[in-house]
Amino acid sequence: MTTASRLPETYRSEGGGANLADILERVLDKGIVIAGDIRINLLDIELLTIKLRLIVASVDKAKEMGIDWWEDDPALSSGARRKELARENAELKERLAELEKSGIGREERDTA
Amino acid sequence: MTTDDLRYVYAVCRPLAAPLQAELTGVAGAPPAQLEHHGLVAIVGSVPERDFAEVPLRAHMEDLDWLTETARAHQNVVAALTTVTSPLPLRLATVFRDDSGVRTMLEQEEDRFRAGLDRLEGRVEWGVKVYVEEPSAQAQTAPATPAASSGRDYLRRLRAERTARDDTWQRAERFAQELHDDLARYAAAGRIHPPQNPELSRTSGRNVLNAAYLVERATSEEFVERVDATKDREPGLRVELTGPWAGYSFSGPVGDEGGERE
Repeated sequence: MTTASRLPETYRSEGGGANLADILERVLDKGIVIAGDIRINLLDIELLTIKLRLIVASVDKAKEMGIDWWEDDPALSSGARRKELARENAELKERLAELEKSGIGREERDTA
Repeated sequence: MTTDDLRYVYAVCRPLAAPLQAELTGVAGAPPAQLEHHGLVAIVGSVPERDFAEVPLRAHMEDLDWLTETARAHQNVVAALTTVTSPLPLRLATVFRDDSGVRTMLEQEEDRFRAGLDRLEGRVEWGVKVYVEEPSAQAQTAPATPAASSGRDYLRRLRAERTARDDTWQRAERFAQELHDDLARYAAAGRIHPPQNPELSRTSGRNVLNAAYLVERATSEEFVERVDATKDREPGLRVELTGPWAGYSFSGPVGDEGGERE
């Protein structure tokens, strides 16, 4: 029989209490699936909708607390990616205008 | 337990050598009890029908606060069991009408339970995640200083920024792969899960490895040291360890595990 004392201390992410995502990942997704007398189909598609709802709920809650960094991260948000592109575009146009003004772009335009 | 209540099952175990903590409470605030049948023990709790019958349960599963509380209570009991035995955890909200329903289930699933318990005997699960910290934060916020003197400079700088980002991803990928190979060799089994959604986990950085390892209790300390040793190896990458968990990720049938030893 193994003893508990040999186990290292519990490691939890970010100090206070196990991360909800870690817990849900395990208790919803993993573990053994047995159909009880009370049948709630937690499988596949339903599990996905639960997760989607959770994400939506957590996003709203996070926003209430003023956490919205992912909206501005181009790696995570397509909106931010578009903004990023628009910014780059504007910058490039500005530069092109400067170049044209200084006469560097004229030659190419004449030959075209 | 009153007879009107339903039976919630947390896990299946071999008969416990040590008693459960006396003050332990589980789902619906009820203390878990043991129901022994055919040499297997179901860890059961009494839950009210008004919350756990089919219709209310379905509605509750959509309620984040209720789900959070129930998931934590479920995990609380399974974690307590893990300190005294190697339980086979059941999925959240496995509910039966009465004790005889639980007994029937134990009989029907006996072979599967025994195989699962054999596999988990004397082992625990550790979770290892690798994050890339705010991948492009530095590259993006570093303003255009000094202003590019020519269009070519500008394009060159754009390319340098992109290359730096690509390097980070490649480095992260290589690091994660090497770490996984090493830990999987060390563990009895390893399994790669899909990366966690940052909005759900609320952690910073992008999750590039989300793996679980089944490790002997006796060598868990070494395993933890092994993971700890990698923690500061790569700047910009964060390694996170969670556990010890019950063998959630390894409780399915052997061989039915997509990422095992991958």
